[in-house]
Amino acid sequence: MRRLFTLFGALWLLAVASPAAARLNLFACEPEWAALAAELGGERVTLYSATTARQDPHHIQARPSLIAQVRRADLVICSGAELEVGWLPLLLRQAGSPKVLPGRPGHFEASAFVERLEIPQQLDRAMGDLHASGNPHVHLDPRRLAQIATALTQRLAALDPNHADHYHQRQHDFGQRWQQALSRWEQRAAPLRGVRAVVHHKDWVYLFDWLGMVEAGTLEPKPGLPTSVGHLAALRRELAREPAQMILHTAYQNGRAAQRLAQMNGSTVVELPYTVGGSERAGDLFALFDETIERLLAARQ
Amino acid sequence: MFKGTAVTIALSLALLGGNLAQAASEFNPQISLILDGRYTHYNNESDYELPGFMLGGEAGRGEKGFALGHNELVLSANIDDLYYGKMTTVLADHDGATEVELEEAYIETLGLGSGASIRAGRFFSGIGYLNGQHPHSWDFADAPLIYRGLFGEALRDDGVQLSWVAPSHLYLKLGAELTRGAQFPAGGAANDGAGATAAFLKLGGDVGASHSWQLGLSHWSARIEGRRSAGHSHDGGATAIPAFSGESAISGIDAVWKWAPNGNAGTRNLKLQAEYFVRDEEGTVVMDDGSVAPESSRYDGRQSGWYAQTVYQFMPRWRVGLRYDQLGSDNNVPDPVVRAESGLDDEGQHPRRTTLMLDYSRSEYSRIRLQYAQDESYADNDNALTLQYTMSLGSHGAHRF
Repeated sequence: MRRLFTLFGALWLLAVASPAAARLNLFACEPEWAALAAELGGERVTLYSATTARQDPHHIQARPSLIAQVRRADLVICSGAELEVGWLPLLLRQAGSPKVLPGRPGHFEASAFVERLEIPQQLDRAMGDLHASGNPHVHLDPRRLAQIATALTQRLAALDPNHADHYHQRQHDFGQRWQQALSRWEQRAAPLRGVRAVVHHKDWVYLFDWLGMVEAGTLEPKPGLPTSVGHLAALRRELAREPAQMILHTAYQNGRAAQRLAQMNGSTVVELPYTVGGSERAGDLFALFDETIERLLAARQ
Repeated sequence: MFKGTAVTIALSLALLGGNLAQAASEFNPQISLILDGRYTHYNNESDYELPGFMLGGEAGRGEKGFALGHNELVLSANIDDLYYGKMTTVLADHDGATEVELEEAYIETLGLGSGASIRAGRFFSGIGYLNGQHPHSWDFADAPLIYRGLFGEALRDDGVQLSWVAPSHLYLKLGAELTRGAQFPAGGAANDGAGATAAFLKLGGDVGASHSWQLGLSHWSARIEGRRSAGHSHDGGATAIPAFSGESAISGIDAVWKWAPNGNAGTRNLKLQAEYFVRDEEGTVVMDDGSVAPESSRYDGRQSGWYAQTVYQFMPRWRVGLRYDQLGSDNNVPDPVVRAESGLDDEGQHPRRTTLMLDYSRSEYSRIRLQYAQDESYADNDNALTLQYTMSLGSHGAHRF
């Protein structure tokens, strides 16, 4: 009899504790948004990241598992600005779930909440794979990330109004820690101001905008096109006139082109985590920027 | 002062231009143009056939020498918050005249909810894996033999499709179609213009970060009234057009497995793909030669076939592929003349083909492909060499699985 009571008790507890069932299902297109949602949502959200730091967010296929996850999602959080243009629209059409369509509360495009850089004046594929809405890699500026955190908190609170306080409380806490980290990073990174770096792809525009670094050239001859021997030679001539200290690439980019250029002109190759999970240490957003700045500083010496 | 104003105006115009460019790309329908051309060499001069199959639709091996492939103009956009619309027109040369063919024209719901959506209009059927893909996204320059034999090239029709995606971790999609049944491999638009039905099931998922898969089951059936196919003339006499009336049913299974290290397909990736279809038909074949009393016969038959292919990207931009095709048939046509001239006689052949390809993609918008096929589809074996370009311009294409 007592055992039966215990069993019913346990079942009742499960039922009461089943806000687990009422947790928001979040579909993040990239790991940085999953990490931000984890900071703001805590135990109120269940997270799925469509990509890892080892994958190029431009080149993802609308595969079956992603369709199934979008179908289950209450909120889709993506970079926007056409970063996911090759796969997200297809996922949204295939999933048959109206609440996550653009324009609905369940659809959040991070880049829409910040000022974007590199909005092209002219669109021509001869210039490579340009994004009409500007460079989409907005998460690498922590100031912009803070703005996005505010917008995302409001969205989470609107979708889960019974727990609005929970999200605001967490954002307040996150915001304080982020501000402290930001001044620490800016202090640490002061020597990076004016440092010239060659980049693989235009992933670092917002990081450079924040740190005052200078892009000295790209390994891709045009955005989205693989490096060629001819382009490397031209780049090398350009760098002979105006040298760059380092060459940056991400974990998902092949580092071979960077190594080749480094052998030619003696600059340092730096693999940066780019997003959460992009290196062993970069386990959350704070560690991502700690690691990024430390690696840049190390390469400068 | 004047100079300053001019600079300001120029700057604002430039900014305005930027905004306009952005607005144009976001609001106008997405337009894309597919350009496809090829040079093909065959060492066999005889007419194309697949013994045991009554060919129709676009079935054939294409023209010799320089020729255009599928040049398509595609327009698509969200119509409002509830509907999406798409139209694909193909421009093709037939006997010296340029013809416009409406390949797809459909609307699709966006907002039914609960994973359901309805598509209406002309569309590629959801059966099989390759069926829904446009020729420009194929991994080889031509369709597998079983698609050529059963569907002409692909199964598409006018009607409605209802589909549903389950709210599960495992991808599960169910679909059902009711269509007119006027186009090959149906014909005659029986049942008051709702003569064909189809149903399909798809399952899929990931295994770790590096692997993903999809498995599909399909069924299609139609009541057919007078489906006309290409005629065969073995003795050089006048060609009669075979016309089939009766019941037809196709069942199929398809499987796809993809691998990329850590799910990053940029440098290396591998794709394995195989499909099997079987068709059962029962009815009458009439050899329409224009006379008042054409030859006819009862016909009860089964045709089946499969293909398996693999495509490997061994370095950025470069891929190699290998495909093997095989068909078989077991047709009972009592009348020997009808059997010989309808194409239903398998002539003791088991059509098969081995294809090798190598392609190069400068960007995701362009591809140049070299393909070699050893085609043992019929008595005269053939070696076919194809050099093909497939390029797209306009809106960014979708990365389908």
